[in-house]
Amino acid sequence: MSATPTTPGTAPAGPDMHSWTVKVREAGVEALPPEKLLPDGQPTYVASWIYMFGVASIASLIVIITSGSILALKGPAWWHDTSIGHFFNSIHMWGVELFFFVMVVHLWGKYWMAAWRGGRTRVWITGAIIFLVAVPTALTGYVSQQNFDAQWIATQAKDGLNSVGVGAFFNVTNFGQMYSWHILLLPVAVVLLVSAHVLLVRTHGVVPPFELEKRPEFAAAADGAPAPDGAAGAEGQS
Amino acid sequence: MGHIGAAVLGAVFNLNHPAHTVDWHFIHLSVANVVVIGLMFVAFFAALLLPFPGASRRRGGDS
Repeated sequence: MSATPTTPGTAPAGPDMHSWTVKVREAGVEALPPEKLLPDGQPTYVASWIYMFGVASIASLIVIITSGSILALKGPAWWHDTSIGHFFNSIHMWGVELFFFVMVVHLWGKYWMAAWRGGRTRVWITGAIIFLVAVPTALTGYVSQQNFDAQWIATQAKDGLNSVGVGAFFNVTNFGQMYSWHILLLPVAVVLLVSAHVLLVRTHGVVPPFELEKRPEFAAAADGAPAPDGAAGAEGQS
Repeated sequence: MGHIGAAVLGAVFNLNHPAHTVDWHFIHLSVANVVVIGLMFVAFFAALLLPFPGASRRRGGDS
């Protein structure tokens, strides 16, 4: 990145378009302007409980990450042998239960809305990948408990994983390996994917109901163009 | 709380037996998982049917 020289008494020159930071900034602002990234309101059709399960999934994920960070810092002896350790262990486990509960209801809702409409294919795909990555994230957690339950699950899972040929490098009976997957690699993947998913939702807007799409102002959306601006403008902001 | 809570819950839910399961052809589910799946259906349809606070005001107001 280079400094932009200015002459006293003249207007400053524009940004240096050869700078990669300028290019990244311009592309970012063009793709997701601040008013779209953090909008003042949502279209009125979002005022329904079925639209709450996406944010409920994020809330559950925050609880999981927070409680999991504390568990990782304190270690297995703490979460097995102390009351407060049991408490955070339970918070972490029930957070995961709630995460999958609300994520699957979110998936059902978006499936029946055909939420991939209006150029939202990448939103749908990232959501599906999050679900697929969340499953091994949970599995590696269940086999990292350091108790008989973990041993039972690991010895059951190893047969399935061996049968598909991945057991040699993904060994569910290896606590160290599973713990590394569980507290670093897979959570990072889930958080990055959720971030991408949310940014894509902000870019394309929340998918409108079917009956709205038939109105003239949504005709463009049927051709594959994103419709959030039209949706928001036509239906008002809440 | 730990011992008291466990004793109370143990009195309500007798866990001292093999898990009850639902079996139908290749489907093999624990009753606990069937209950969770049932609750997910309840949450899904409740979310569709229950009115959202302030929804009618927003639709009738500033559109």
